Amino acid sequence: MEKLILETNKINKYFHDPVTNQVLKEVSFSMKQREFVSVVGKSGCGKSTLLYILSTMDTEYEGDLILDGVSMQGKSDEELSRVRNEKIGFVFQFHYLLPEFSVLQNVMMPGLKLAKHSAQEVESNAIDRLKSLGIDHLAAKRASQISGGEKQRVAIARALINNPLIIMGDEPTGNLDHKNSDIVFDIFHQLAEETGQSLLIVTHDHDFASRTDRIIEMDDGRIVNH
Amino acid sequence: MQWHLIFNISKTLLLARLRQSVIAAVGVTFGITMFITLVSFMTGLNKLLDGLILNRTPHIRLYNEIKPSENQPVNLSLDYADHINMIRSVKPKERPLEIYNSQAIMRSLKEDDRVLGVAPKITAQVFFNVGAIDLNGIINGIDVLVEDQLFYFGDYVTKGNLRDLQTVNNSIILGKGAAEKMLVDIGDVIQVTTARGERLSLKVVGIFQLGIADVDNVQSYASIQTTQKLLGESNNYITDIHIKLKNLDLAPAMAPEYKKLYGTDAIDLQTFNAQFETGTSIRNIITYAVSITLLIVAGFGIYNILNMMIYEKMDSIAILKATGFSGKDVKWIFISISLIIGISGGTFGLIFGYIFSSIINQIPFETAALPTVKTFPINFNVFYYLIGIVFALITTYVAGFFPAKKASQVDPVEIIRGK
Ligand SMILES: Nc1ncnc2c1ncn2[C@@H]1O[C@H](COP(=O)(O)OP(=O)(O)O)[C@@H](O)[C@H]1O
Ligand SMILES: [Mg+2]
Repeated sequence: MEKLILETNKINKYFHDPVTNQVLKEVSFSMKQREFVSVVGKSGCGKSTLLYILSTMDTEYEGDLILDGVSMQGKSDEELSRVRNEKIGFVFQFHYLLPEFSVLQNVMMPGLKLAKHSAQEVESNAIDRLKSLGIDHLAAKRASQISGGEKQRVAIARALINNPLIIMGDEPTGNLDHKNSDIVFDIFHQLAEETGQSLLIVTHDHDFASRTDRIIEMDDGRIVNH
Repeated sequence: MQWHLIFNISKTLLLARLRQSVIAAVGVTFGITMFITLVSFMTGLNKLLDGLILNRTPHIRLYNEIKPSENQPVNLSLDYADHINMIRSVKPKERPLEIYNSQAIMRSLKEDDRVLGVAPKITAQVFFNVGAIDLNGIINGIDVLVEDQLFYFGDYVTKGNLRDLQTVNNSIILGKGAAEKMLVDIGDVIQVTTARGERLSLKVVGIFQLGIADVDNVQSYASIQTTQKLLGESNNYITDIHIKLKNLDLAPAMAPEYKKLYGTDAIDLQTFNAQFETGTSIRNIITYAVSITLLIVAGFGIYNILNMMIYEKMDSIAILKATGFSGKDVKWIFISISLIIGISGGTFGLIFGYIFSSIINQIPFETAALPTVKTFPINFNVFYYLIGIVFALITTYVAGFFPAKKASQVDPVEIIRGK
């Protein structure tokens, strides 16, 4: 039996501005290693909110989140940062890169922070990642000087640099044209099939979702099907 | 903490905003330059002005003052001990100005390790006879070598040679004002009459200028021997003992000790010249106040640029946090930016401060009052450069701290969701 890498237990999330509003209701699910899971649901049903909680960036919720067998409850900012750095790779809808740094530096950044390998090793890993995503020719360019599709591939390379336990994506193709969306989807499928990378991707694209191992469907803050 | 990584991120963010960063650093440079220049100049001036008083003033002076006895006989009598004794019109007793046993006192003083040196002195009231007019004057009998060594008298002899006072018999060094009044110059002979009517001819071997008109118009110097001869006194006769200490601050405590020990009057520099410290501390206060003001202004410059940078870099901060940098890491990234600005601005400040004070040190500054000074005085002291850089670091750290704290508290979810 494959071990659980992610587990949630009755997660409730409220927003209090402007009025108290429960956005997540008793969300409980789990994910096994090497699983490729997609999350679908109408806009505003709480997908992003859930993902921010799962990625440990949002700590204001009720319930329990267990990553790699460890509860995230009561962990300090420092400890959560470490978890994000080591175990989670995040790909955003908008291509968030550090515009002052080169593509290579962007990819290396989480690796340098983790400091598990020397800077040289991190650099060669980063170049390998860029190569496998077909963008190694951009390594020296400034992150602000490349196209949207390329940026998203760089973001994926960055998410992969520390060999994370899980890659999370919040509509990673939501801001890309059709051709680039296909490229990004292909990359995810390839990662799942070839390297057994665990993936949790929020998407609107039913084609894409139907090709994943499991679909989690959300409606109004609840998981209605998984 | 991975300082190397944090420093590199700071450097990159800083270089991306090079122009604003340079402007912020120039603010610091300006503040530190002003501080170094001001403090070097002000303390230079302080030293000069203090020297004007300190060089020529003994730390403790032993002498006999003409004054009424403190204990009148009736107070000493046991019969009247429990009475209230009122005595009117007490007059000073005749008491010789001479210090008894001066040789023994001087020997004992020289053995005290707190004492740097001891100079004997005789003060004699005289008249300088110029034609039909008699001018009031004072002749100070000095031990020429000791006086020069302890009180740098040679520096103030602007014409002639101090050593001649010792080698030429019956010689005198006149104050500049007195010499001008008498229309005499080196080599001329003047007539002197003492208060008791004795007359002597003295040869002028030098002219001194302290820069204090009261002194230059009235005072003059002769050797101890010449003065003793003039007064018709024995060669033990001394009216003052001037003491220079190794540590000036001990003087107020030591004066009463000597007074009791030697049975003379004793006065310390601090009591004698109470205003001496006031000017110094006021000039110091001005210097530090101006410099701190400038640095606070520079600090606001840094505070502004950092706030602006953080506002612009919200996305970057969110990404850093999302990919594993902690709030503390982010805080130190921005504090480092501030410190880099502070250190580079401060270092240039020290360099420019040094250059400016060197330039000031070359500007001619000649005044009749200060014969030994040719240019503006500057006190080059490494200590002020240390204070300067510490100032720069503290200001930039404080200016950087609050924006950095704000950056560390940025909620990445809010930024990422906000797009
Ligand atoms: N900061 C916030 N304050 C108040 N309500 C919020 C805030 N962020 C999101 N919401 C609400 O939470 C609900 C879920 O939002 P979200 O998780 O972004 O949905 P999805 O990603 O599924 O489109 C929405 O109704 C949204 O209006
Ligand atoms: Mg969303």
